[in-house]
Amino acid sequence: MNADPVPLLPRGTRLHHDRVRDTMVLLVPERALLLDEIGTAILQEVDGKSTLAAISARLAERYGAPEPDVAADIRAFLDGLVAQRLVDYQ
Amino acid sequence: MTERPGPPIAMLAELTHRCPLSCSYCSNPLELTARERELPTDVWARVFREAADLGVLQLHLSGGEPASRRDLQDLVKAARDANLYVNLITSGIGLTPARLDALEAAGLDHVQLSLQAIDAEKADWIGGYSGGFARKLSFAGEVRQRGIPLTVNAVMHRHTIDDIDAAIAFAADLGARRIEVACVQFYGWALANRAALLPSRDQVTRAKSAVAAARRAYAGRMTIDFVPPDYYADYPKACMGGWGSTGLNIAPDGTALPCHAAATIPGLRFDRVTDRSLAEIWYDGAAFNAFRGHEWMQEPCRSCARRDRDHGGCRCQAMALASDPHAADPVCHHSAARSIVDHIISEQTAASPPFIYRSHKHQ
Ligand code: SF4
Ligand code: SF4
Repeated sequence: MNADPVPLLPRGTRLHHDRVRDTMVLLVPERALLLDEIGTAILQEVDGKSTLAAISARLAERYGAPEPDVAADIRAFLDGLVAQRLVDYQ
Repeated sequence: MTERPGPPIAMLAELTHRCPLSCSYCSNPLELTARERELPTDVWARVFREAADLGVLQLHLSGGEPASRRDLQDLVKAARDANLYVNLITSGIGLTPARLDALEAAGLDHVQLSLQAIDAEKADWIGGYSGGFARKLSFAGEVRQRGIPLTVNAVMHRHTIDDIDAAIAFAADLGARRIEVACVQFYGWALANRAALLPSRDQVTRAKSAVAAARRAYAGRMTIDFVPPDYYADYPKACMGGWGSTGLNIAPDGTALPCHAAATIPGLRFDRVTDRSLAEIWYDGAAFNAFRGHEWMQEPCRSCARRDRDHGGCRCQAMALASDPHAADPVCHHSAARSIVDHIISEQTAASPPFIYRSHKHQ
């Protein structure tokens, strides 16, 4: 697998603001995943153009955290969604 | 009174009971609702908006066959305008490429396609509709070509469960990201056909290992959800995630139900979306409050450590098998009525009785 893939939300996966519960959710086939602040921040950077490294750099800077740690967290989070076919790497 | 529940996440809209197929395992009630009593387009559109305001995120358009509604594209559009995620649950029959174009343009998010069997002869026998399988295949090809996200729902029972590997391969070949391998649950027509549908314990054991192997083989390519038949389980399933806690069903005539079989429970008073708002029905409706919390429970559920996990199981199954909607689900091995389930299993015959096909004859 590509070491620095570009993640993208495939058709059928949508980031959505749930106004009733006042939280962000990932709408996917037949389910809704409630997102915490970090999950939301990651998925908002998933634009189908940025590589994982680029996303990691942006979030590390925004949160003032060490980039290797941020990259590892992002990778683990997105790998979990990729395994469920809710996010694609290209 | 129990504490106020959270808002529902999912709503299943049974747009119609009409369907070109007549599957013996259909979960629709024996008394099917006639076309004249179906809600019109504008009322459904209002209900979708009320659902979104209430907190519903996922809308399942179901039936019957939702494509039997000529206004299906308008309904999809209305649901997307209300900001709902729109899933179409279909047999694929009756959706021409032109209609699929219109559904796509209306913003359809996802299709769940039912699979009666993996070859034409068997599928058409099970669905009671000759030529149905060929039409389903061409629909599936259209879905695939357009890249519409697809889940295949392979319906498992004694006549299909041994084909489980082929059904999973079939879904993967269609490009499905997900397959639901769901054993028939016994409500409505399926209950009337139980003797012809219930798989044997050996069949279920083999299916479970087939699913485990397929999950490894298709990892990263397709997710596989498996719903085993609960008659062979030691504990019941948490039906609907708990009565009146995560979802609701709307019948074709606008009756709001806590689950699709709830109308089989005598004495419950159901509201209709034409009489009250969805929020009032959800929070204050008598039927929705009937089995919330623990107050309604009897022993052994009332003092059971699992009561918040499975909520005592399915109320409709307790009604159907133990004639008491307040009893523990009879599939539970703590239930005094478990012997009823064991007796049903022990009465299985080597040869299946013929199907009673779904029909309007009860009307
Ligand atoms: S189970 Fe069969 S008969 Fe029932 S609605 Fe679905 S396709 Fe139609
Ligand atoms: S006794 Fe009731 S609550 Fe306990 S496991 Fe059985 S059905 Fe569930």
